[in-house]
Amino acid sequence: MFSGPSENTGTVDMVMLYIVGVSVLLLVGITITMIYFVFKYNRKKGHKPVDIHGNVWLEILWIAIPTILVLSMFYYGYNGFVVMRTIPENAMEIKVTARMWEWKFDYENGKSSDTLYVPVGQPINLVMESVDVNHSLFIPAFRIKEDVIAGIKTHLGFTADEAGTYIITCAEYCGLKHSMMYTAVKALPLTEFNNWLEGKTEKQIIDESVSLLAEKLNVGLLHDKGCITCHSLDGSIKQAPSFLAINGRKTVILEGGEERTITVDDNYLRKSIMDPYSEIVKGYPAIMPEQKRMLNEDEVNQIIGILKALN
Amino acid sequence: MSDGKTVATEKSFYEEGTTKSPKGIKSWIFSTDHKRIGILYLCSIATFFVVGAILGILMRLELIAPGRTIMDAQTYNQTFTLHGVIMIFLFIVPGLPAIFGNFFLPIHIGAKDVAFPRLNLLSWWIYITGAFLALLAITMPGGPVDTGWTFYIPYSVRSTTNVSWAIFAAFVLGFSSILTGINFITTVHRMRAPGMTYFKMPLFVWSTYATAWIQVIATPIIAITILLLIIERFFGVGIFDPALGGDPILYQHLFWIYSHPAVYIMILPAMGVVSEIIPTFSRRTIFGYKAIAYSSLAIAFVGYLVWAHHMFTSGISDTARIIFSLLTFIVALPSGVKIFNWVATMYKGSIDPKPPFLWVMAFIFLFSIGGLTGLVLGSLATDIHLHDTYFVVAHFHYVMFGGTGTIFIAALFYWWPKMFGRMYNIKLANYTVVLYFIAFNTLYFPKFIMGYMGMPRRYYDYLSEFTTLQFISTIGSWLMAVAIFLIIWNLVRSLKTGRIAHANPWGGVTLEWQIASPPPLENFHEVPVITHEPYDFSQLKEMDYESK
Repeated sequence: MFSGPSENTGTVDMVMLYIVGVSVLLLVGITITMIYFVFKYNRKKGHKPVDIHGNVWLEILWIAIPTILVLSMFYYGYNGFVVMRTIPENAMEIKVTARMWEWKFDYENGKSSDTLYVPVGQPINLVMESVDVNHSLFIPAFRIKEDVIAGIKTHLGFTADEAGTYIITCAEYCGLKHSMMYTAVKALPLTEFNNWLEGKTEKQIIDESVSLLAEKLNVGLLHDKGCITCHSLDGSIKQAPSFLAINGRKTVILEGGEERTITVDDNYLRKSIMDPYSEIVKGYPAIMPEQKRMLNEDEVNQIIGILKALN
Repeated sequence: MSDGKTVATEKSFYEEGTTKSPKGIKSWIFSTDHKRIGILYLCSIATFFVVGAILGILMRLELIAPGRTIMDAQTYNQTFTLHGVIMIFLFIVPGLPAIFGNFFLPIHIGAKDVAFPRLNLLSWWIYITGAFLALLAITMPGGPVDTGWTFYIPYSVRSTTNVSWAIFAAFVLGFSSILTGINFITTVHRMRAPGMTYFKMPLFVWSTYATAWIQVIATPIIAITILLLIIERFFGVGIFDPALGGDPILYQHLFWIYSHPAVYIMILPAMGVVSEIIPTFSRRTIFGYKAIAYSSLAIAFVGYLVWAHHMFTSGISDTARIIFSLLTFIVALPSGVKIFNWVATMYKGSIDPKPPFLWVMAFIFLFSIGGLTGLVLGSLATDIHLHDTYFVVAHFHYVMFGGTGTIFIAALFYWWPKMFGRMYNIKLANYTVVLYFIAFNTLYFPKFIMGYMGMPRRYYDYLSEFTTLQFISTIGSWLMAVAIFLIIWNLVRSLKTGRIAHANPWGGVTLEWQIASPPPLENFHEVPVITHEPYDFSQLKEMDYESK
């Protein structure tokens, strides 16, 4: 139990065992005493009750002993925490960006990935920020988590001691697909990790293989802004209508509960980006974050341009 | 001391009617009688509890297997939010003080009503208005809130559901809480009968008094926070929303500065009820009266200083986390003191384990688990792992439901014959305790294990490794549904078919057991003069009580 894929795993399990051990002793003690009294002093036995108003020494005793116990619990928890939060000098910094509902990891050499690759034995410092709502990066196997917040950089350090793949999940409620915001940390031996770091990412490979047109259109912008998490480029249906051939499409929308058929045009696209809730395409959930504060005018125009060209 | 015979022939407050109307709905909703208001709260709060419980059962049903079972993700998110909002704001915060505090606090101190009876009625109306607003928020376009009961920013700003209405409802409900608090504080200060010194007050009064102070001091903070939130949503002033230059962590601070003390608003009155039930059924004085009374005040005070333990992973400074962890461990001590004194009160007593006492035994076990797992969460190293997982869900259900919820039921079974003059089926009540106890642990214990395995909370779906434990938990929810049904059925049925209760069925000695069941309109025929300590069972010789 006291070793795991990260040193912190063993530390946390140890603290857990100590607190739970003491707690179980207390719980069993209290419960057995209570049940024993109920039988021993049962009214059926006809004892005469004795009024005992209290005992100062007992009160002192059951304040003092628990005080020592809880202070020791505090101390162990504090110790483990300080070790976990101390980032070694040689830590490798990886930038984490969270958005509804995906993770992105950026490495110092410009490489970026949606899975967290780390070398075994190398201290890691995740520097994290959210672009929308609060998230929390949680790696159960390493017993660590830290919230990821918009506008504030938080950090989380760990060292993976054993090669393997461990789940990363979101622990701070972030809306519709909060329970599906999984990715993984892949701990690789150093040489394998270096091969990966120098190699091309999936996105780079895709980017290179898309047609010249798509490249010209800067589809990357749709990726950077998180659009294609929900809107596909190839006509497949995700949580939102596909971008493929969207311009001029006839579509049924709900406006204030009433159905209406419209044809997608510049105005509709702009409105749907800036104020997505006023008109919802029928059959899809109203989940898109408002982009008003997230995109500048130039970016909106660019996106509309790209969408219109995707026919 | 009233004697049983004359008492039996006098009119109860039900028969007496009110100045507004002798009977019918008007005699209730416009009555300023603290007992009628207590029962008004009982009806409304019990209704919301049932609604909240049904939502909980639906959530458990959805989680019986991975993937979609009965609802989609958005509905699930709205369901857990509603479950939380209803259970917190409409059930457990007002619960014990509004029902049993209203009904018994004046009687316990020998008063004929609370200090401000009209304000008391107004508090109920505000409560109902708040509840109505909350219901309105569900039905209006936009749909039920999906933010979780904590309304964390920025999600609550981004969400298109009716957040503004829901938080406004919470704002209104807060005033009900504040006014009740002011009323109780004044009542305890000004309305005590001759001879009822502070240290002759029953411990239920002490704990309700400590609670009232928290209600008055802490609730305005949530009101201010909600106002700031509304200003931000409607006028675009950047306070909490990072997109407007605000600070989302500031919101969490303000929210928990209220909501952590609110945890003690929920649990302290329950602790008071326990301190009533144990002496009555042990037929001896409470062990460590002053230790229990002072520990209530200590909890009320230290409870203000631990809020940031809800934020150990939220990005606050490491130093703050360490300080708040230390303070969190300190607040565990007065709760421990209470538990030790309660168990010590059973020592050399004459124990008759009737249903209220059995509920208290279940409480001591469940609440101890809740409290002790709180130590796991107070410790930094373990909390970083367990924060926002099922472990936390299990922990606060053991504290809130296993603690306050169980005592809510215990209080009902203890005071039911006094409030309604009828006795329920005791045998059925005994079986129900056992079923409840099994159901509770089946429902919530697996969550501790899932939490440690890494199951985050507020999850619509889960990985296959959790399937078995989730399934067991759902079975527990069905058992719990049966237990709750049996409780309600037993109590409601007693109103018609239960035997007429004796004025003092348990052999209690606090003032409520010295008057008729149900009590007369102004509780006492003449102002009682208090000469005994609250739990002096030597009085029982001179009193009329049911000896079997």
